[in-house]
Amino acid sequence: MSTKLRSPLARVRGLGSAKDGTGHWWAQRLTALALVPLTIWFVAGVIGHIGAEHDELLQWIGHPVTAGLFLLLIGATFYHASLGVQVVIEDYLHNEWIKLAALLVMKAAFLVLGLAAALAVLSILFA
Amino acid sequence: MSAQEQTAKRPLSPHLQVYRPQLTSVLSILHRITGVALAAGTLLLVWWLVAAAVGPEAYAAASGFIGSWLGLFMLLGWSAALFYHLANGIRHLVWDAGYGFELETVYRSGWAVVAATAVLTVLAWIVGLATW
Repeated sequence: MSTKLRSPLARVRGLGSAKDGTGHWWAQRLTALALVPLTIWFVAGVIGHIGAEHDELLQWIGHPVTAGLFLLLIGATFYHASLGVQVVIEDYLHNEWIKLAALLVMKAAFLVLGLAAALAVLSILFA
Repeated sequence: MSAQEQTAKRPLSPHLQVYRPQLTSVLSILHRITGVALAAGTLLLVWWLVAAAVGPEAYAAASGFIGSWLGLFMLLGWSAALFYHLANGIRHLVWDAGYGFELETVYRSGWAVVAATAVLTVLAWIVGLATW
């Protein structure tokens, strides 16, 4: 097979266990990078609201900046988690049908969880 | 590669039963274990957020569980896993950028991750329990 005329990028496209080349790897790193400051902000925010009354908490989450950061955190967290668990499933489940079923259930579960979290933040923001 | 070569039984590596655990391998599998644990732990985060949006009664139930012994125990494990995955994740990002591959550096950054996890977890709980 002659590959001389193909660029290095073209040769890695479509490769890897997920058959999507470097896309999965890159998305996992970008979400990881975004999660470093977002996680630190989240942990500090939660510690600052330990024992808070319900309306106090709503005031915090309902602030546009907090709500925006929460949406970024939720998006990056569930995208990163689904990419990570996908690799774990692909590494340990070798039956093609079981693997496919596990991947579909896992992706759907994270989509639903992420959507529920995002809708909760939005309903607090617009309450 | 011929078909005969492809079907030949080759030794698999690493053979976990006889492989001596090292800081590098233990931290590597811990990154995966904490990642899966954190993914499962998002259930708690979603419950907390949805309960806050639903109303005071639902929020009282959620924060009541989190404040219980079982809830606090789960939160302790979750926070330690989070700080470990965060610190070791930064270590991974540095590797991805092409730095820190010398064996001595790998061990030093590994111990730094262990120390950072312990310090951040203890610190978060001291501040958290003091403000509770």
